[in-house]
Amino acid sequence: MTNYEAVIGLEVHVELKTETKLFCGCSTKFGMEPNTAVCPICLGLPGSTGVLNKKAVELAVKAGLALNCQIGTYTWFDRKNYFYPDLPKGFQVSQVFKPIAYKGYLDIENNGESKRINITRAHIEEDPGKLSHSGATITSSHTSYVDYNRSGIPLIEIVSEPELHSGEEAKAYLEKLRAILEYTGVSDVKMEQGSMRCDANVSVRPVGTTSLGTKTEIKNMNSIRAVQEAIEHETERQIEVLEDGEKIIQETRGWLENKGITVSMRNKENPDYRCFTEHELAPIRLADLWIEEVRASIPELPDARRKRLVEVNGLPPYDAAVITSSFALAQFFDETMNIYSDAKKISNWIMGELLRLLNLHNIEMSAARISPESLASLLKLIEKGTISNKMGKEVFEEMFEGGKDPEQIVKEKGLVQISEKGQLEQIIADVITNNPKSAADYLAGKEQAIGFLVGQVMKATKGQANPGVVNAMLKERLSK
Amino acid sequence: MQLHVLSLNRINELITKKEISAEELTKAYLEQISRVEDDIKAYVTVNEEEASVRAGIPVAVQDNICTKGVKTTCASNMLANFISPYDAVVVENLRKAGASLIGKCNMDEFAMGNTTEYSAFFRTKNPYLAEAMPGGCGCAAAVAAGEAAFALGSDASGGIRQAAAFCGVFGLKPTYGLVSQYGLITYAPSLDQIGPLTRDMTDLALVLNIICGRDSVDSGKGDADLPDYKKHLVNDVKGLKIGVPIEYLNTVKAPRVAAKIQEAIRKLEELGAVCEEVTMPHAEFALPAHCIISSAEASSNLARYDGVRYGSRVESPDVLNMFKKTRSQGFGEEVKRRIMFGTQVLSTGCYEQYYTKAMKVRTLVKNDFDLAFEKYDCLLTPTVPATAYKTGEKALAMYQSDFCTIPVNMAGLPAMSLPFGMAENLPVGLQLIAGHFNEGMLLRVGYTLEQNTDQTRLRPDISGL
Repeated sequence: MTNYEAVIGLEVHVELKTETKLFCGCSTKFGMEPNTAVCPICLGLPGSTGVLNKKAVELAVKAGLALNCQIGTYTWFDRKNYFYPDLPKGFQVSQVFKPIAYKGYLDIENNGESKRINITRAHIEEDPGKLSHSGATITSSHTSYVDYNRSGIPLIEIVSEPELHSGEEAKAYLEKLRAILEYTGVSDVKMEQGSMRCDANVSVRPVGTTSLGTKTEIKNMNSIRAVQEAIEHETERQIEVLEDGEKIIQETRGWLENKGITVSMRNKENPDYRCFTEHELAPIRLADLWIEEVRASIPELPDARRKRLVEVNGLPPYDAAVITSSFALAQFFDETMNIYSDAKKISNWIMGELLRLLNLHNIEMSAARISPESLASLLKLIEKGTISNKMGKEVFEEMFEGGKDPEQIVKEKGLVQISEKGQLEQIIADVITNNPKSAADYLAGKEQAIGFLVGQVMKATKGQANPGVVNAMLKERLSK
Repeated sequence: MQLHVLSLNRINELITKKEISAEELTKAYLEQISRVEDDIKAYVTVNEEEASVRAGIPVAVQDNICTKGVKTTCASNMLANFISPYDAVVVENLRKAGASLIGKCNMDEFAMGNTTEYSAFFRTKNPYLAEAMPGGCGCAAAVAAGEAAFALGSDASGGIRQAAAFCGVFGLKPTYGLVSQYGLITYAPSLDQIGPLTRDMTDLALVLNIICGRDSVDSGKGDADLPDYKKHLVNDVKGLKIGVPIEYLNTVKAPRVAAKIQEAIRKLEELGAVCEEVTMPHAEFALPAHCIISSAEASSNLARYDGVRYGSRVESPDVLNMFKKTRSQGFGEEVKRRIMFGTQVLSTGCYEQYYTKAMKVRTLVKNDFDLAFEKYDCLLTPTVPATAYKTGEKALAMYQSDFCTIPVNMAGLPAMSLPFGMAENLPVGLQLIAGHFNEGMLLRVGYTLEQNTDQTRLRPDISGL
């Protein structure tokens, strides 16, 4: 059997984080009543012409610079002509001939190895409206609805070279891309809300060959995991087709998440978009000085930050990678570090409790109510022995859910750790008396028997005893 | 006093002195409309109601410029009942300045043509001769016939200037980008400009001042300062260098038209200008290139008319046929011809041969002008190689008539047409072309001619004038 390798190129659409649309003053806010954020311009009414949103250009340039791209200092918009109900003008305004950014790259890590993925281009375009159908597809539906709130929202489309070779690499690429765009404030990059969307061009070829096989374009993935799975499935499917002696058909396929398969959506050849210059908009000329201003506004990017967390803060590389995968997490770490100096302890709490709770409640770090100050106070309470580590977890959960101050929670719940020997002596004596077997076991050399006794003390004190102190006191008393 | 023949300047004076009221003025115009409109047919919509309620200086606006609450049809069945929810920036500016919209002028469907014969509704008559063409809109006819104090038209291939030339009025196409395009339903956005049609030079400057007001909704392409154009109404051309492109002169076949152009040249020389022949070698390629570019843009700009959100819909059991029938029946022959041609020239395989080549020609045409303006303050040509042609003289003649106006649109330059006497009982139009944002030069030369000859003062022989 031939050994195959997958060849994957990704097209990522990212909504730019502007207040208003690309060519008009309508709001870009997510989740508004359908067709309420619209005007003659984004509805494509006769006679309406727009004005380019400068912020969108700035964010696109920022993204381009962060992705190591060249910036086109003289660019313009083109029309991509095609007919679809979500496209009110009958053409999409995009940059076909002169993208604002081109020839960039992104470094990814996969299985401990670093690899450079080249970026062909990143160009600005307008989002079409959003369609929803009564049936599964537009053609099988009795009714379709169009929401033009999305029409005219600024996007950049970032196109990679076909240099990825597995679903895992695609995942690493998307995670890195998402982190960079989040760090730079270019986009919300929320795949589930559609502010980041990814189409994958997938083909396979025998290992060792260099020409490209026939590709398919996979759509409808609404998470990075879905992209990875869809690519893995599509790769297998294509290999099977070839192994059966058949040919791959160039087509667009949709990922069916619940079934875990891709299915053919349309196999027409690419339509002739008849692209030409959009004369209703003036060309864009960017001053070098302005580009440098944008460059200067780019914060420390994920790679540099990860390096710093390892080299300066002494975190293990794994911790650093996890924390820097999200700008909000990385910021949270840095801000906590400003108040509390034990990097590894902070990291443990972020990697453990914080991520656990974020996943459990399925929320983004940016939406979490916990502050760096409160985590630092919590760590100080534990360090001072006021509460135990275990109590800390309980407090942390409260902090996470209610946004309250840890000291207040400790007070309210009466969660004060008992470390004073005087308060514990009687309880310890009782536990030993009531559990003679365990005491005997310990004395006979069964070290682990002490754990049971500590547990009993904790139970008796409703978890408030300082387990370290209890442990030491038990040993001392038993060995008398 | 005949109020409907007065210039804007005079009207302003009389209104300021309270000798006349805006209501009286409006009444006079509505009366003239009822006297002559049946013969002229300049308007698709006469806006009697607004004119009466909000009396002001009556302006006629071509029916491809959006007016809130009043139909904007583009003389097409597709938009026969379309009412724009917003005013074009120029209309907003006019309203602010105290004008009232007296009517919307007829035109060729979507402005594709220069006779109004392609209007889906009816043809407008030339006030000088019923069987003669009025140009591609009813604007000049309305102004010449005393049906409006002035008008706003659009000019993608010479619309304003040709209509002005054929009907003996003044028309100016400003520099591309000087006047807001917002609210102009254009078929060729890279070529089109809104501009004024008036009865004299002073009015031209006044209206230009009003419509130039920028609005943030328009992608302001030119960064030119907005001067007071009245300052350029200077009666002096001494020492100005005026180029006369031979390629343009050679298109004139009618001897009496040619004679008028020569007369204008002599007059300017007499007044101290230096006139010289100049060559514009790429002029002859402008017409076919313009045809390709404008049709390409039209095929894209008119894609939105599918009968779903606006425009008249032709029902059909399935959606695809609904679209097809809507577009087949909603558009007229000339519009469909240009959509098909435009689609073709942008298609893979034709693109390089046609569209790309036409864009290169466009640059060459512009270069001809750039070179000429290194040496000359302005250029003088006939507006049209002939006087208004008559019913039946269509097709090729129609395209040929754009020879002198089209290169100006290709290069985005300002140009104007002013009346200069008659030939065979029809007005002759003189075209002046200047460099980008040099409208002032056009006003100066035009004003000087106006002040020193009788040739610019024409009036048709119709009822009420």
